[in-house]
Amino acid sequence: MSGLLVATLVLGLAGCVAGAASPIGIRTPLSVALTLAACAGALAVGVAVLVRGRAVSFHDQHLLPLSGFNLRLDRFGALFVVVSAGVAVCALVYRLGYDGHGLSSRTASAVLPAFVTTLLFVPSASDVTTFLFFWELMALTSLLLVLADHRHRAEVPVAGQWYAVMTQFGAAAILVGLVLLATHAGSQSFAAIAASSLHMRPWVRSAAFVLVVIGFGSKAGAVPLHVWLPRAHSESSGPVSALMSAAMVNLGIYGIVRVGDGLLHGGPVWWWLMVMAIGALSALFGALHSATSRDLKRLLAYSTTDNMGLVLLAVGASGLFAVTGRHALALVALVAALLHVVFHAVFKGCLFLSASSIQQATGTRDLDSLGGLLRRMPVTGSVFLVGGLAMAALPVLCGFVSEWLLLQSMLHGLPSKDPAVAVAMPVGVGVLALTGGLAAFTFVKAAGIGLLGLPRTEAAARAREVGPAMTGGSGVLAALCVLLGVAPFLVLPAVIDAANGVLGRRGPDPLVRGWQVGLSGVHGVLAPGILAAVLCAAVGTVALVRAAVEPGPVRVAEAWGCGRELQTARMEYTATSFGEPLTRVFEDVLAPSHDVDISHVAESRYYVEAATVHTSTDDGFERRLYAPAQRALRRFGTAARSVPNGSVHRYLAFGLVALVLVLVLVA
Amino acid sequence: MTSTWSVAADAAISVLQMAGVVLGGPLLVGLMRTVRCRLEGRVGPPVRQPLLDLRKLARRQRTRPEHASWIFGLAPLLLVATTLVVAAVAPLLATGPALGWSADLFAVVYLLLLGSVALALGGLDTGTAFGGMGASRALTIGAVAEPALLVSILALSVPAHSSNLPAIISGSLAHPLWLATPERLLALAAFVIVIVAECGRLPVDNPGTHLELTMIHEAMVLEYSGSDLALIKLGESMRLGVLVALFAVLFVPWGIATSPGPEHLAVSLVSLVAKVAVLGVGLAAFEVGVAKLRLFRVPELMAGAFVLAVLAVLSALVLA
Repeated sequence: MSGLLVATLVLGLAGCVAGAASPIGIRTPLSVALTLAACAGALAVGVAVLVRGRAVSFHDQHLLPLSGFNLRLDRFGALFVVVSAGVAVCALVYRLGYDGHGLSSRTASAVLPAFVTTLLFVPSASDVTTFLFFWELMALTSLLLVLADHRHRAEVPVAGQWYAVMTQFGAAAILVGLVLLATHAGSQSFAAIAASSLHMRPWVRSAAFVLVVIGFGSKAGAVPLHVWLPRAHSESSGPVSALMSAAMVNLGIYGIVRVGDGLLHGGPVWWWLMVMAIGALSALFGALHSATSRDLKRLLAYSTTDNMGLVLLAVGASGLFAVTGRHALALVALVAALLHVVFHAVFKGCLFLSASSIQQATGTRDLDSLGGLLRRMPVTGSVFLVGGLAMAALPVLCGFVSEWLLLQSMLHGLPSKDPAVAVAMPVGVGVLALTGGLAAFTFVKAAGIGLLGLPRTEAAARAREVGPAMTGGSGVLAALCVLLGVAPFLVLPAVIDAANGVLGRRGPDPLVRGWQVGLSGVHGVLAPGILAAVLCAAVGTVALVRAAVEPGPVRVAEAWGCGRELQTARMEYTATSFGEPLTRVFEDVLAPSHDVDISHVAESRYYVEAATVHTSTDDGFERRLYAPAQRALRRFGTAARSVPNGSVHRYLAFGLVALVLVLVLVA
Repeated sequence: MTSTWSVAADAAISVLQMAGVVLGGPLLVGLMRTVRCRLEGRVGPPVRQPLLDLRKLARRQRTRPEHASWIFGLAPLLLVATTLVVAAVAPLLATGPALGWSADLFAVVYLLLLGSVALALGGLDTGTAFGGMGASRALTIGAVAEPALLVSILALSVPAHSSNLPAIISGSLAHPLWLATPERLLALAAFVIVIVAECGRLPVDNPGTHLELTMIHEAMVLEYSGSDLALIKLGESMRLGVLVALFAVLFVPWGIATSPGPEHLAVSLVSLVAKVAVLGVGLAAFEVGVAKLRLFRVPELMAGAFVLAVLAVLSALVLA
């Protein structure tokens, strides 16, 4: 098996070389084919690890200087490898039909295989250096891919800057946190850190945990470090945005769970309350912004923040249960978190790919310029509908099952002596419920405004269905949304094994391992398959009854327009007007800006010549946190300019002072 | 042999419940309308008028706006089908309908949400301003009602250690004192407010209005006609019926059949009809006295319900 792991790495590198060196005619097919082979290898290794339960390792002392190159894929890592590989296969197939956005350039063709390969290998690293090597490579390659289209759109470089700064900030926090642990463990291998972490001093453990939560949280898009995510995910090309939103953000969750549960074996109550608070805040903030956004891909990106927030909520609940000695429930909550990671990858990949198809077909991702696409792009439209239903956590699609399990874990956590648990659980349920309602609102807005009704622009009216590679790549994920929603038992055992693996837990599982989902020993389970069958039967019966009683075929008629002759798209509700009631309800949080500009006719002030209204809801954190921080940094930079005035004496003095300070600190 | 019999009996109960909700929902709406009229000093239509309306509408041809897609025709089907599934799995007449083990209160809530989402998409599919307006308003209210709904379910589930409906009801039958606890009463208050919002009754929405400034539900379904409109009216009244019945068995469970047998079922049916009728009359009498709230005051009502529900959970924990 370790041979296959190496083969995967070699195939990924070959794809990278093929993208860089092969002639333009065969560049894309060759590099994509090699990367697909790498994904197939990773899928094989991952599934084998999950099924057999034995980890696969590979060690080489020469590939990386000083530390060596150490891989060890256990069940927990394998789950993430399988998810990344699955998403990557669909995104790569989709990429074969996708053009534009600078993806065909030599750089992008060489970097895409490298990005996919790092996604596959971050969860297999088994020491600090190897991990950080892949982590940084992932950040760099994804940054290059975000920037692929920088020549054509001015927003791309801005998105790239935000992403570069935030990802480097996060990587620095992770580096310091992991180095802190490695120093105190005396070894940088994860196994050694896990073995000695319980003997470390509390402040070391806490400092390391807070640092990695910051670092990995920024990758997962957790508030307030999420600002790069809506920009980078919406400005990048279709396959890249799917890979980032469905596979890369998961690795932030991977890192937090790996360090918090795997290396540090849990910690005090406040760690997990902090994780829960970050999760709840991210979920609410992301859900609100995605409900009021009118840019299709930005809406999906904010929904990623929302869903990763829910996952963090579950991870925090799991840690909290473990601290209070309820290990079975801790497992249930962690399974809910990991299940949501898997399902989110499936439906968000599906949504980003179909949204990119819409963008390619119409040339825009502004919902207020779309409309009527379900009739013009039936396959892509249906795929988007299925993914959206799963995103809204509606039965009987996959998002529903994981949210249901999370609700169960919180419910059974409840009769609790611990006041922290007693307060956190109802608040968590409230957050989950509100984000659920907002997700339904978001889905109806995106699908109803974008796909239904009349086309709002000429471009939307001319839209045609995209090619088979693109519908195929996104269609497979849509089919998975349905399949996993109806039959979650296909992945549930693997997820339970992965969670058991990282918690180091043995013993009977608190979860039913059958075709239903539920907690054993508790009355009441969820049988999504039965629910789906009953629902389909009910729809069929009602349709038959309707057909039996109605007198004739459906008459196609004009819509009622209050006496108007002609119904035009100008009469339709737009995404902005659809979100307006919600924007007003949450005015205090969203703080929308509203500009009305009225110009009058020169002759009389009683006649209006033109009126423009401009409303926007920009990110509150960007305005209140990042803008002041940027101003302060700029002031500091300007002020510091006077310090290096060109005098060599002064520089030598700086050097001397710094040296003395270091010596004092070391001594 | 006995197990086959009991499965058949449970399935029969499910079918009976579905039939009861299909008939009882419109009758409940008719009853509420009559009570309202009488209290306002009018004679009003007979109680069975909604059923007559449904028969009339079902025989008419349905129309579809020219720009609508297949979603438009699917939405009424989904609205009725989701409510039918809820009627099949919820323990209304007996504690063990055929599929009662397979779904819980959370599943019920999300199934009803699926129906609302389908209807909102149907409204947007027409491409008119009314459809979008209704969909936007309905879902805004739905989104802010959701926390109160789920947390009040949590308050009901905590004493039973399960969100499974039969488990909750059997629990409160076994421990009648649960029903008078503060958490029950608080959850009850929150639940009533949410039912009023979910069913689009006064003071959240006025089902009788067709004034464009105040319409919510009616704006969404303006383009439906004939058998489609019949399905939507049926679905809405079924929803009201099933939620009121669920409320009745959750908070006043006595009378529900705990063991199979036609005599138990008959008692259960009579008591359920009586409870639902009393609740319906009460709701109608309440509606006479209130006016519709401004749309932007509704979230405050829902926030109040949410606070009640959180208090219910906390008092369940403190007093436990």
